[in-house]
Amino acid sequence: MGEVESKILLEVRDLVTAFDTDAGQLTAVDGVSFAVRRGRTLGIVGESGCGKSVTAMSIMRLLPQPMGKILKGEVLFDGRNLATVPAEDMRSIRGNRISMIFQEPMTALNPVHRIGKQICEVLTQHNDLSPDDAWQQAVEMLDKVGIPSPEIRATEYPHQLSGGMRQRVVIAIALACGPELVIADEPTTALDVTIQAQILQLINNLQRDLGMSVMLITHDLGVIAETCDEVCVMYAGRVVERAPVKELFANPRHAYTQGLLSSIPRLNGTPKSELQTIDGMVPALSELKPGCRFALRSGREHAPELLVERQTLKEISTDHWVEACPVCTRG
Amino acid sequence: MNNGTAILSTDNLRMHFPVKGGVFQRAVAACKAVDGVSLTIMPGETLGLVGESGCGKSTLGKTIARLYEPTSGGIAFEGNELADLSRRQLKPFRREIQMIFQDPYESLNPRHTVGTIVEEPFVIHKMGTRAERQQWVADLLAKVGLPESAAGRYPFEFSGGQRQRIGIARALALKPRLLICDEPVSALDVSIQSQVLNLLMELQREMGLSYLFISHDLAVVKHISDRIAVMYLGRIVELAPAEEIYNNPVHAYTKALISAIPVPDPTHVPDRVILEGDVPTPIDPPDGCRFAPRSGAEHSSEMLETLPPFKEISPGHWVEACPVCAPVRHAR
Repeated sequence: MGEVESKILLEVRDLVTAFDTDAGQLTAVDGVSFAVRRGRTLGIVGESGCGKSVTAMSIMRLLPQPMGKILKGEVLFDGRNLATVPAEDMRSIRGNRISMIFQEPMTALNPVHRIGKQICEVLTQHNDLSPDDAWQQAVEMLDKVGIPSPEIRATEYPHQLSGGMRQRVVIAIALACGPELVIADEPTTALDVTIQAQILQLINNLQRDLGMSVMLITHDLGVIAETCDEVCVMYAGRVVERAPVKELFANPRHAYTQGLLSSIPRLNGTPKSELQTIDGMVPALSELKPGCRFALRSGREHAPELLVERQTLKEISTDHWVEACPVCTRG
Repeated sequence: MNNGTAILSTDNLRMHFPVKGGVFQRAVAACKAVDGVSLTIMPGETLGLVGESGCGKSTLGKTIARLYEPTSGGIAFEGNELADLSRRQLKPFRREIQMIFQDPYESLNPRHTVGTIVEEPFVIHKMGTRAERQQWVADLLAKVGLPESAAGRYPFEFSGGQRQRIGIARALALKPRLLICDEPVSALDVSIQSQVLNLLMELQREMGLSYLFISHDLAVVKHISDRIAVMYLGRIVELAPAEEIYNNPVHAYTKALISAIPVPDPTHVPDRVILEGDVPTPIDPPDGCRFAPRSGAEHSSEMLETLPPFKEISPGHWVEACPVCAPVRHAR
């Protein structure tokens, strides 16, 4: 990045998360490591089922219980390992120092409570505030996220707002306590491009004003390019590539990253030309091999030992890490 | 517009839904989902239709497929007027116009095998013997890239991309001429999305199909379309060849829509027009320029009351010529 290195706020080390199912224990996140720096945005990109959301849920300790478990690894937030802190302590961190923006604003909000009350709930949970002061702050939050006539809106119910407005409310709730880290899980996927542009700009402005760090989960490489400082590409429960955003787009090294980048239609592409594809689809969790998981879709032959032995992440240039399968690492 | 050789043309098509209210549930207002749309689709052409949610794209698609009975206006398929036909009179045309839906999880009956789903159009139209139909089903599955064994399995056994292929096979069964694709790849991951887009383009080349391709993803629409229509609050505000509309958008709404697309290139500096607010409700919209309240520019009361003309500003490039939102220079 060139500038002074900013300090690491969150560091995930070798995280392994599994679910107990009827088909046995399935590992959804398999040894994931990355770091989020203060004031910066880390993007996590990958297709459905690659473990992006489970990673977020593991950090927040919101895995479905009793099936979901963190089996291994550390989630170091400001020096504390969130994977092992008591549930009670986690409750004072969640929503306060780390908070989350969810994809679907209709299901993330409670339909039977007024919007103002839902923001007050977070505020009074973590601060010693009188009901009046909390309400006042809730209205200020609504104003900050760009909701017109916030005093009136605070008394309304979620169904009275449009999708874009609801997502602003979800953001207001997430930011109410001035968190240091916000995890945004597909925050604009359910929205139109025009509204997406508004919301991304809002997150960006708030990040600049409040100095928070953002971990942005998305499948949209355009959103990644526009908002992130660093990117992790996940595939089948693992990080296959990790790099500063410009480096990743200019010099993708893993076959999966290259496939993703070349399969999106570009505005400046040749009209009606054949698009690059990645054959097949993400394997089911029950079919995962210990070795290179992209082997089946890579279209290239892998030696048997590459399917059995896990390849480590290697730093091929400054801050650019790639899962070092000799067949899938190219360029 | 010259409709001479068009496979489909609509003429001032309107689809209004009554909004009921009061004790007796009388119609108190009209939701003008499609409000005066005239467009044409040529044989072998893809017409892209873009706009935000709630602008009436899907309703227009369904009205053209005659899943709705239009309020007024015309729909001509190869010169045959469809708008006023009864269900029975429509049946032969149903074979010519088919639809592909967005959600491949909801548009396939979960209790039927894939074979039954793809065979159903033949059964409805009383075509072929059982053995013939099974052969046709196998051919269709092969055409969309699914194994023959798929016929005996159920939709839940397939992934999203494969289900979309099943939906395409079913739509192709009766050898239609026009496919209305309503957000066909929006629910799919990027790597799967490109597989389905390639399939659609390949089928078009092979079978000479025409597409009305509805999507909110402008990069996808740009890639697959020959011409693009931009819809806002029930009306087409701009229509032009795909390259032209991206390189030279005229209407303020088109400009804002294009500038909002995130570009997958971190060195690109977006020059963005951020629109305020959302699409307003199509219930009793203004008669004149509908984009006025969001444009941020002042409109005279006359512009809000009279419908701006739809003008051809260069060959094939049409725009709703509101003097504020689409200042059109004369004779360029």
